[in-house]
Amino acid sequence: MEQKVQSKVIAANYMHLQFPSRSENESLARVAVAAFVTVLDPTMEQLTELKTAVSEAVTNAIIHGYDGGEGEVRLHCALKDGTVEVVVEDDGIGIEDIDQARQPLFTSRPELERSGMGLTIIENFVDEFFISSEPGRGTRVTMRKVLASSETLN
Amino acid sequence: MQIDKEVVGGVLVVRLRGELDHHAVEPLRDEIEQSLENTHYRGLVLSFQGIDFMDSSGLGLILGRYRTLSSRGGKMVLCEVNANLRKIFELSGIFKVVPVFESEDSALRAIKEA
Repeated sequence: MEQKVQSKVIAANYMHLQFPSRSENESLARVAVAAFVTVLDPTMEQLTELKTAVSEAVTNAIIHGYDGGEGEVRLHCALKDGTVEVVVEDDGIGIEDIDQARQPLFTSRPELERSGMGLTIIENFVDEFFISSEPGRGTRVTMRKVLASSETLN
Repeated sequence: MQIDKEVVGGVLVVRLRGELDHHAVEPLRDEIEQSLENTHYRGLVLSFQGIDFMDSSGLGLILGRYRTLSSRGGKMVLCEVNANLRKIFELSGIFKVVPVFESEDSALRAIKEA
């Protein structure tokens, strides 16, 4: 009985974080998400993948969304049935061509030594990944990663 | 982000420590470029022994230094890449461009023999 209650608590858990688009907050964001999912007891590999994907999305918001300038990045996390959903949002310049941005090695900022691998890494390190963006309004990246099988939670 | 630099037989050895993300790479890039200039672009060994996190900004740092050295006729190799980083290295295909060695010694030997 007690375990059932715990599973409901996990399903209902969420966290919101908002911070200015400063590069030192990249580590804050990924460490906060890693701490948030600790309750699911993920493997080191799952945790590294999740942290890397979060780091990529937040770095994109800072470098591309706000072009290194001022702005706010919002991070929403939720846990449901052993899956974590992470949403990273900015109100920056947005992406004109999402298909092009998702091409491995494509970067709009070669002069900043960007590798063009950020979105490819996200795609490979989480289970589901969507981007919605409106030029001039901002970008929202949604990622979902399964961290525990449903059996573990029952 | 901390780094430890040493010049061994004219080759620059950089031991990275901490988390290699966008925040860390920007100051690091200039520091390594300066040291490469001081050592006349003979060669670069980048050791990842002390790196427990790296994202695509780290890939950008590696590829950027590879470009610098290639254009100046110098060689670059990587070493001590731990299991945590292996997946991002494999995904990026960086293994195909820059050789990776188990130890700093074997990395240095490879540069000297090249």
